[in-house]
Amino acid sequence: MTFEYAPAPESRAIVDIKPSYGLFIDGEFVDGHGKSFKSISPSTEEVLAEVAEANDADVDVAVKAARRAYTRVWSKMSGAERGKYLFRIARIIQERAREFAVLESIDNGKPIKETRDVDIPLVAAHFFYYAGWADKLAYALPGNGNNGADPQPLGVAGQVIPWNFPLLMLAWKIAPALACGNTVVLKPAETTPLTALLFAEVCQQADLPAGVVNILTGAGETGRAIVAHPGVDKVAFTGSTDVGRAIAKSVAGTDKRVTLELGGKAANIVFDDAPLDQAIEGIVNGIFFNQGHVCCAGSRLLVQESVADEVIATLKRRMKTLRVGDPLDKNTDIGAINSAEQLAKIRELSDIGEAEGAGRWSPACDLPQTGFWFPPTIFTGVSQAHRIAREEIFGPVLSILTFRTPKEAVEKANNTPFGLSAGIWTDKGSRILWMASQLRAGVVWSNTFNRFDPASPFGGYKESGYGREGGRHGLEAYLR
Amino acid sequence: MTTLKATAPPVGPDRLAAFADATASESALRRFLHGLPGVDQVGAEQRAAALGTRSIKTTAKAFALDLAITMVDLTTLEGMDTHGKVKALCAKAMHPDPTDPGCPSTAAVCVYPDMVATAKRALGSSGVHVAAVATAFPSGRAALDIKLADTADAVEAGADEIDMVIDRGAFLSGRYLEVFEEIVAVRAACARPDGGHAHLKVIFETGELQTYDNVRRASWLAMMAGAHFIKTSTGKVQPAATLPVTMIMLEAVRDFREATGQMVGVKPAGGIRHSKDAIKYLVTVNEIAGEDWLDPDWFRFGASTLLNDLLMQRSKIKTGHYSGPDYVTLD
Amino acid sequence: MSARLDVKKTYKLYIDGEFPRSESGRSYVVADAKGGFLANASQASRKDARDAVRAARSAFGGWSGRTAYNRGQVVYRIAEVLESRRDQFEAELRSSEGVTPAKARTFVDAAIDRLVWYAGWADKIAQVVGGANPVAGPYFNHSAPEPSGVIAIIAPAGPLLGLVSVVAPVITTGNTCVVIASEPHPLTAITLAEVMATSDLPGGVVNVLTGSVAEIAPWLASHSDVNGIDLTGVTDPGLGRTLEEAAAENLKRVRRPGLEDLLATPALDRMTKFLETKTVWHPMGL
Repeated sequence: MTFEYAPAPESRAIVDIKPSYGLFIDGEFVDGHGKSFKSISPSTEEVLAEVAEANDADVDVAVKAARRAYTRVWSKMSGAERGKYLFRIARIIQERAREFAVLESIDNGKPIKETRDVDIPLVAAHFFYYAGWADKLAYALPGNGNNGADPQPLGVAGQVIPWNFPLLMLAWKIAPALACGNTVVLKPAETTPLTALLFAEVCQQADLPAGVVNILTGAGETGRAIVAHPGVDKVAFTGSTDVGRAIAKSVAGTDKRVTLELGGKAANIVFDDAPLDQAIEGIVNGIFFNQGHVCCAGSRLLVQESVADEVIATLKRRMKTLRVGDPLDKNTDIGAINSAEQLAKIRELSDIGEAEGAGRWSPACDLPQTGFWFPPTIFTGVSQAHRIAREEIFGPVLSILTFRTPKEAVEKANNTPFGLSAGIWTDKGSRILWMASQLRAGVVWSNTFNRFDPASPFGGYKESGYGREGGRHGLEAYLR
Repeated sequence: MTTLKATAPPVGPDRLAAFADATASESALRRFLHGLPGVDQVGAEQRAAALGTRSIKTTAKAFALDLAITMVDLTTLEGMDTHGKVKALCAKAMHPDPTDPGCPSTAAVCVYPDMVATAKRALGSSGVHVAAVATAFPSGRAALDIKLADTADAVEAGADEIDMVIDRGAFLSGRYLEVFEEIVAVRAACARPDGGHAHLKVIFETGELQTYDNVRRASWLAMMAGAHFIKTSTGKVQPAATLPVTMIMLEAVRDFREATGQMVGVKPAGGIRHSKDAIKYLVTVNEIAGEDWLDPDWFRFGASTLLNDLLMQRSKIKTGHYSGPDYVTLD
Repeated sequence: MSARLDVKKTYKLYIDGEFPRSESGRSYVVADAKGGFLANASQASRKDARDAVRAARSAFGGWSGRTAYNRGQVVYRIAEVLESRRDQFEAELRSSEGVTPAKARTFVDAAIDRLVWYAGWADKIAQVVGGANPVAGPYFNHSAPEPSGVIAIIAPAGPLLGLVSVVAPVITTGNTCVVIASEPHPLTAITLAEVMATSDLPGGVVNVLTGSVAEIAPWLASHSDVNGIDLTGVTDPGLGRTLEEAAAENLKRVRRPGLEDLLATPALDRMTKFLETKTVWHPMGL
């Protein structure tokens, strides 16, 4: 018998998308002085709204507003009071969780089950976590150099975030910055500005003092202007390694503090004694979660030769049950690729993988006619020399390599300029700990993958960036 | 009305031969069972929880509710069971919703051995099977000859299916071969004089096995010994059926078919009371074992109160408004 | 009676546990505090820098893989050997920098004590900056620091205390390094290298180059196999910016120019700047 799941769409009625949006500066929505751009739904290509593109003058106004708020209000407020604002924000996000989940799904293209069960709950948790730190900063920096004085905020933080987890990345940036007493100018990604703009409304509902949070929409130029603005004391960026490099260069010779959370090409290592059914789930979750638009995605599967055939066969069978389609359908596992540009990049690298001789396979799946779509895809017979084993594809594309011994697995896993995350699957405890100690990566998931928590520091080694977000470590980026 | 196809291939000699090496000695069997891939509890439970978030609506829900009804082993296993109670249960099994002739019947009724003859008479040629719990159910604490006699009695009284319990004490102390041989013996006691045999369901009492590794090993042990079905629980021990435990067993039957080409059925029993839960199990069947198992020959629910909830949900879909307990029969 | 003629020391580089001359064959004149000739120091080239990085990289696995207790003992051993040769260092400081005997003694005392301070940190820093993370789920989650890798260091002017203050924190935590000694006062650095070479410190963990900062530092800043760079000793802001820009190419961890009061107890930042935080998750289940 065939069990067809009927469409189960989440209602869009809960969100109210305005035809156009201005910039959120000094507590108010204001018109920008630059052009505007359209935010579209990647699953339908429908235009969702016109959004202002902040130019240099807008950036200047926003940074000055943030500075004013910093000196007059926010840095003078007690930590306990700052924390209460963050608790308020956390609660309002919980109250409006469904609205955020639907809007994020529409604007980003990711499945509603992920925005509902992962993104938005983590956003609220992140604000809740850092709210509690605001009046405990004396414990934040062990052995700080202030001769026993409490650590101090840095001032105005310029923050630039990516499109893969729009609101979650906003939370990772804003919550610790505010808890530490900084004010922020944040730019959401060009293709996913809407939940950040809805967050601006949350700031209003929470009566957050004007200028503490400023949201500037725009593209690369806006981001560059924020980073380059002399009134910015701290730059926090999540995105590609290339842009991260450019930011690191542009702040050279200044006093600006920087944290960068960049790309990855994580190895997910499966040994022959792994709990195989869970390993398969970890592989699937590692590369197909959020369409593979995840910097810490397990995009290189390293599987021990003795179980390679079995793992690949089982993985294929599992992939046949993945449901690709309408992001708002509650049964969708894989949504739309975020943009035409990203889709083109995924296609290009996949074609290169095929041309390089790797075996390409996707399950049969009907992709919608409009919007940006790419089927879950694996490449077998990949070697370290293939471009698809080295470059970040940032899509639902898995490169499968094999290894024979733990040492070889470590060598291959570490043989990359990146170092963000890694996965280990084995039932042998001492091997897990040995592997974890050898892998040059900031997050090691053993017998699990792609787990996130506000209390858990996240960030990379090597060209995956520097600084940590989450946990006590996340405060270090916003204090001196 | 559903008629069970009883298409299970004859298991026994063939299957036993296929695993002759693995079951040749206690140590060989132990090596085999402990060589199965481990189960990570957290990952398994997350997977089951994720399957539980599937949203089954409208036509899919109607399909699932009817399918679930056909998979129910409507069960009464009480010390106070009487012939009258069993007859009433049989009536309910044949016509769960007397007001709707389109409502399917359940797969079976499940009773103690002394009630088999009564049930058999009540069900007649309806196609609803009689399943009997045997082997000193629910504890399984009796000598082997008693267990075999218990089984043979039920078969002789007309039971179509025997639900046996394994010796958990032997299993937990690592005497796997003893458990294996007992299943083989009970399997033999299921034979009828006419050459046919009652189907054998093997109950693990997963609440006592405690770990998913044990559930996976028990599954393979029972399948190798010739079980037609593997079943979670007696319903007398908490926790009884859970979604993750059932998922582990569905993985086992899936893998067993990969290895041998033979299908084995799965029956979660105890604790499944709501349609919403039943649908989660069906989603799990669909996505873990595959659609071949979406059939009462290969998947059952051991339940009693579940049936009425399925009927109320079915009525909600038909009428557009919520039903209540006064509108379904209580037997 | 003619006075006995001194046997003077040839000052060379310190790479991979050995003391080679610069492959370029160059040297430069080091003057004493009054401007007189003190010695010829090796003038390292980009190829010497390359060799030093290679040595530091190959030493990294072994050094970072040692127990923290063992690294602490090795750093303490450097302090012991330095103490045993303190007269020589005091004399060198007086002749090269022209400081008073009292000042020289203060610097040597502080350098020895600094090494002891860091030696003690080796097996404690992880407990102070790492720890358990109480995540909302059935996971064991734990963060611990790990060394960043190969660190390039532009040492500040203080030839002994300055050098010890930038090198000790970096190696205590398991990094290896290539350090460019103070350009005007390189000799003490090489003498210190002799101490390190006889202190159980494996070859390649510390590599000392002498010569022109402006010439060598850009090669280290742009080297893709260097993970971090400490610009403490850079005094020219223009050079500092250029080096930081070059370092951005492979996202090196950069410590910007500037020197704290070396006689004060340090903060932890000279260690933490070149530490990565690794977070490990594992499910907890039956």
